[in-house]
Amino acid sequence: MFVSYRWLQQYVDLTGITAKQLADRITKAGIEVESVEVRNKGIQGVVIGHVIEREQHPNADKLSKCFVDIGEGEPVQIICGAPNVAKGQKVAVAKVGAVLPGNFKIKRAKLRGEESNGMICSLQELGVESKLVPKEYADGIFVFPSDAPVGADALQLLYLDDEVLELSLTPNRADCLSMIGVAYEVAAILGRSVKLPTIELQENDENVHNYISVRVDAPEDNPLYAGRIVKHVKIGPSPLWMQARLMAAGIRPHNNVVDITNYILLEYGQPLHAFDYDRLGSREIVVRRAKAGETIVTLDDVERTLTEDHLVITNGKEPVALAGVMGGANSEVCDETVNVFIEAAYFNGATIRQAVKDHGLRSESSTRFEKGIDPARTKEALDRAAMLMAEYAGGEVVGGVVEVNTLQRKEVVVTITLDRINNVLGTTITKEEVAGILTNLQFTFTEDNGTFTIAVPSRRRDIAIEEDIIEEVARLYGYDNLPATLPVGEANPGKLTPYQTKRRKVRRYLEDAGLFQAITYSLTNEAKATMFALETAEPIRLALPMSEERSVLRQSLVPHLLEAASYNRARQVENVALYEIGSVYLATNANELPSEKERLAGVLTGVWHAHVWQGEKKAVDFYVAKGILDGLFALLGLENRVEYKQAKREHLHPGRTAEILLDHKTIGFVGQLHPVVQKEYDLKETYVFELDIEALLKAEVDDIRYTAIPRFPSITRDIALVVDEHIVAGELQKAIIAAGGELLKDVSIFDVYKGDRLPEGKKSIAFALRYYDPARTLTDEEVTNVHEQVIKAVEQQFGATLRG
Amino acid sequence: MKERLQQLQQEALEKIEQANDLKALNDVRVAYLGKKGPITEVLRGMGALSPEERPLMGALVNDVREAIQQALEAKQTKLEQEEVEKKLASEAIDVTLPGRPMKRGNHHPLTRVIEEIEDLFIGMGYTIAEGPEVEQDYYNFEALNLPKGHPARDMQDSFYITEEILLRTHTSPVQARTMEKHQGRGPVKIICPGKVYRRDNDDATHSHQFTQIEGLVVDENIRMSDLKGTLREFARKMFGEDRDIRFRPSFFPFTEPSVEVDVSCFNCGGHGCSVCKGTGWIEILGAGMVHPNVLEMAGFDSKKYTGFAFGMGPERIAMLKYGIDDIRHFYQNDLRFLQQFHRV
Ligand SMILES: [Zn+2]
Repeated sequence: MFVSYRWLQQYVDLTGITAKQLADRITKAGIEVESVEVRNKGIQGVVIGHVIEREQHPNADKLSKCFVDIGEGEPVQIICGAPNVAKGQKVAVAKVGAVLPGNFKIKRAKLRGEESNGMICSLQELGVESKLVPKEYADGIFVFPSDAPVGADALQLLYLDDEVLELSLTPNRADCLSMIGVAYEVAAILGRSVKLPTIELQENDENVHNYISVRVDAPEDNPLYAGRIVKHVKIGPSPLWMQARLMAAGIRPHNNVVDITNYILLEYGQPLHAFDYDRLGSREIVVRRAKAGETIVTLDDVERTLTEDHLVITNGKEPVALAGVMGGANSEVCDETVNVFIEAAYFNGATIRQAVKDHGLRSESSTRFEKGIDPARTKEALDRAAMLMAEYAGGEVVGGVVEVNTLQRKEVVVTITLDRINNVLGTTITKEEVAGILTNLQFTFTEDNGTFTIAVPSRRRDIAIEEDIIEEVARLYGYDNLPATLPVGEANPGKLTPYQTKRRKVRRYLEDAGLFQAITYSLTNEAKATMFALETAEPIRLALPMSEERSVLRQSLVPHLLEAASYNRARQVENVALYEIGSVYLATNANELPSEKERLAGVLTGVWHAHVWQGEKKAVDFYVAKGILDGLFALLGLENRVEYKQAKREHLHPGRTAEILLDHKTIGFVGQLHPVVQKEYDLKETYVFELDIEALLKAEVDDIRYTAIPRFPSITRDIALVVDEHIVAGELQKAIIAAGGELLKDVSIFDVYKGDRLPEGKKSIAFALRYYDPARTLTDEEVTNVHEQVIKAVEQQFGATLRG
Repeated sequence: MKERLQQLQQEALEKIEQANDLKALNDVRVAYLGKKGPITEVLRGMGALSPEERPLMGALVNDVREAIQQALEAKQTKLEQEEVEKKLASEAIDVTLPGRPMKRGNHHPLTRVIEEIEDLFIGMGYTIAEGPEVEQDYYNFEALNLPKGHPARDMQDSFYITEEILLRTHTSPVQARTMEKHQGRGPVKIICPGKVYRRDNDDATHSHQFTQIEGLVVDENIRMSDLKGTLREFARKMFGEDRDIRFRPSFFPFTEPSVEVDVSCFNCGGHGCSVCKGTGWIEILGAGMVHPNVLEMAGFDSKKYTGFAFGMGPERIAMLKYGIDDIRHFYQNDLRFLQQFHRV
């Protein structure tokens, strides 16, 4: 909402308060003033001139030589290039020495050999936006009414000496979509009174019902419809002050009748529509829902196809307006219009919103209906419009109003105690202060022993309950005056849940291990949605995606991590180690929320460790990724419950992928990206993993229990076993542990060999076995006994032989 | 004989003095104190002495041996020390060469901000509540006093999946769910961080996915002044002890009264600068007293209970705090960006 400071003064006394100060006060009280626009863009010395004579420039076809009276003695000669300049016009003249926007100084000049003492200005040259300049003056100079006084300040007449406050209104403050509404707000803030416009309507002896009848077939969409007839109007420009105010508010002037409807819209917040009565095509108005497929050509000359969701004003046969949004071209007021039917109605906001959405048409009118208008002002606005048409379009107002009114108006009364106000706010506001605020708001109220009974005016549709009154009191009392306290009462210690605590530790571990935390988008495309997923489900699609790339919810974090790796590589960041903890979304039943599961995923590529001058350089490989995960499982106390199993998974290298099991249930995978996928993402050798972090963090683990530190020496024996190539180390290790019994404390692998020194199809794996008894020193003999058991076991189970 | 011994001592001491490595010193030892050395020879010749002279001469021999021995030991220590020093000198390295790098990643800047805020409120007795990102329309809107058809909820702004299911547009549904779980009994004191989604085109200041942190306190006798005090405490811990806050009236459907909360500029201290656009204040939070409809819908008696709620955007805070100019950085995962948040 654009609010002209000068116009506002008509309704509330602004003495002693500048536009800037006013803006600050309004903002502090709750409506943000986004800007205060000074309309004068640096103009000086522009006055009203009277074109006494105009003749063709002797040396230029497109120039005119004018003699203009600017109220300073002799008329001055001005060369003017505007096509519409004519003898007798009142125009804006930038005198010699004047300054126009952009610090453009007007000097005495010679144009094609003829002297020019100033410049006749268009509105654009005075800093008015082109879209606001009346169409007939769009390509030329602006012509003032003939009564404009010669020599007068043109800026003042055009309201270009004004300042405009741009209010950013929250949806609850639709009451301030009108000058009168803003006046009430400003009056409440300043503690001053509101001067409402006067309405003195002269009606003729005729009865409007002889001209028109109204029927509303959709009373829920249109609880109130009122209209008046104004006869014998003369279409022409509206008064200059009205045009100027409309332009200040961002509306382009058209003609007196249309301008008056727009002026009332701004003044009262009540949208009006003027029909050409003689072009209505009937003498009745029927308001109804449109029929499916029905069409209307609106004022913008667009043919619109309607549905039953749309409300139309018809002449009993066909639509003449899309209710509350835009009039029809067939009944539009034009230069030839003589008799006018003015519509003032109250339309349901949701109905209008639907039409706005379906037709992509938002207007000053529809905005107000959508946000809700004050029906108590509808008929007043109609009367004032009729009065202005009589005054400024020479019309004759036919007696009476046609009206269909099914409006159920309930008066809103709120009762609240002073204690309640102070208890909610934490303040010690007095009865008198509350009464003062309510008075300034011009709410009618009574007060009895600290209990206020307040009748809420219909313009404040946002106020219905106690809390609304508390807010009014608080904002006008001033939030700066609110004390700062802390809640009293039962205090529980704040803390993280065990899950949240562990998750934080997992993050920290992974980061300390060298991975950076990534956050990627949850929305992806259909193809990527299920790639790499531990569990898949029917993809969950958005009903109205903004792009195909962000249309489906992900089921794995890996694809976007790969994108991140690829993004980095494309920018010469070759070594990437990223992890993410985030949700995946698995559809369950239709109409039920999907199951959201937290996952931990990572991507590793490039050099893992480099210390070049000492000759160390290690590329990421499977065992780097696995080592990180091993550390994670150890952190969570699960190292002995986790198993890796050789596996084949889509998009992963078939020989370099492991499924990860916790307590024998699959909870994730780690592996090298399949070369085909690597290429798709433009990556080099890359490793990824994804884990069901919920399973990891929710697995129950015992508390830490101290065990005695070894007091006796342990004995270590190494064995190198030669086995068939396909036998995996993990299985051998398991068998060794099983055979080693109580005394075998740990088994580690220290060498793996495959090559020339072994027969084809064989490999050797070397284990170090450490034996220990917490109760005594072991003898060589005892160890040898157990060790031989171990060797026997692997010989029998795997055909292993000792490497000589 | 006596002269001979004194001469030997003299000679030996001189040679010890001259020996400049351990081997030379050992040669001196062998030469003078060895079995074939001159002193042993002197001892052998003692048989020719008279029984009176013998003990005297024996004592003298011992004195000489002792003196040579001591000189040898002293020299030995000195030479050994020199040897060690020489060895150490040869082992010198260039300490200015780079150390072996430790690999370490770090938190995403949003996590950094979120954890800091979480910890601040945990310190004030809050717990962290989480909830689904795919939500029912009921919890995302209706339970928050945004019935269907409410002007403040534009279908165009939300990612709907079905008519009743959408990606949450704020973390407030977690508040509604938590209150519901409390079955009308206070106190509720929670912080809800999480991802949210809006139908925005991604650009420097908009992201279709972003994060939010909201807080909620519901109890008997919760006052708006408690909200002010709580947020002032938060602002001071988060942005510095000198910070102040101010409330500006605003509108949210789920709170009444509603306010926007500004924090005095931590860049200029409130004098006005480019960070605060010359106003001295930076808008950080939206807040208000929980709307009675919201309390009632979640099963709380709004006559008995009151509450406050607030919400803020970690992206905005991170952008202000670290001077980040484009919200897309948070989701591109460019390591050159992420690595900048590696330190305390
Ligand atoms: Zn600043």
